[in-house]
Amino acid sequence: MDSTRLLLALAVTLVSLGFVGVMVRRNALVLLMCMELMLNGVILSLVTFAARSATLDGAVLVFLVFVVAAAEIAIAIPIVLLLARQRRTLDVGAWSELKG
Amino acid sequence: MTWAGLLLWFFALAALAGGVLMLVARHPMRVALALISSMISLAGIYAILGVHVIAVFQVLIYVGAVMVFMVYVIMLLDLRDSSFLQRYGRAVVPSVAIAALLAAALGAAAGSGRTMTAAEFAMLQPGSTPASFGVQPFSVAFLERYWLHFEVTSVLLLAAVVAAIAVVRTGRRRDG
Repeated sequence: MDSTRLLLALAVTLVSLGFVGVMVRRNALVLLMCMELMLNGVILSLVTFAARSATLDGAVLVFLVFVVAAAEIAIAIPIVLLLARQRRTLDVGAWSELKG
Repeated sequence: MTWAGLLLWFFALAALAGGVLMLVARHPMRVALALISSMISLAGIYAILGVHVIAVFQVLIYVGAVMVFMVYVIMLLDLRDSSFLQRYGRAVVPSVAIAALLAAALGAAAGSGRTMTAAEFAMLQPGSTPASFGVQPFSVAFLERYWLHFEVTSVLLLAAVVAAIAVVRTGRRRDG
């Protein structure tokens, strides 16, 4: 198995594991971390293709994705803090009325 | 198999083990530590691929900033609540089935592809030389060709900071 296939398989597995985590876990912070795992899998595939095509544009794009991920976590964590302060729990089942 | 190949397998298996541990660990702090080990293994993979700039940024931004922030919040919010005792929600079996379908579809799409030969690649991008991923060529490309994107991300970060402050202030007002 050459390294590109190995890394693509790893990326697919990480995205799927993160998806299972987002769907299954109850803790809101664990949900956020599983989303980070999915993002890491996607970034791995991006870096694999960038390294394989040997151009710098992919590396620049990965850096911009890092910045967007930092902005995402900076806005997601205050929201989770706010929700946890309102209901005194981190269980996402406490907000099940959001289903409508 | 060369040393780089062996290390690649090692880091891939470590990243995979971190991902699996994230699903089974009970306390969020353990989940965070598993995610940190997975991210550091991915940084090792990037270093083996020769993309050293991205490996350094993975450790600096993800482990150094994002995960430290996450660990800090976990320590701040150590409520012994029901989501610690009961790890999983109700829809375990359907979501695992959907994830398996997703993995099969993505894997089939990735596996059906064919890697380009060097001649085809040269035909696709005429005049491109294989760039090295050192700091100097990266920064030259970043600040000469992509300076506008760089400025736009700074605006995005400013918007995120303002939004975070706004969210926290709204919550404080409602609490009284």
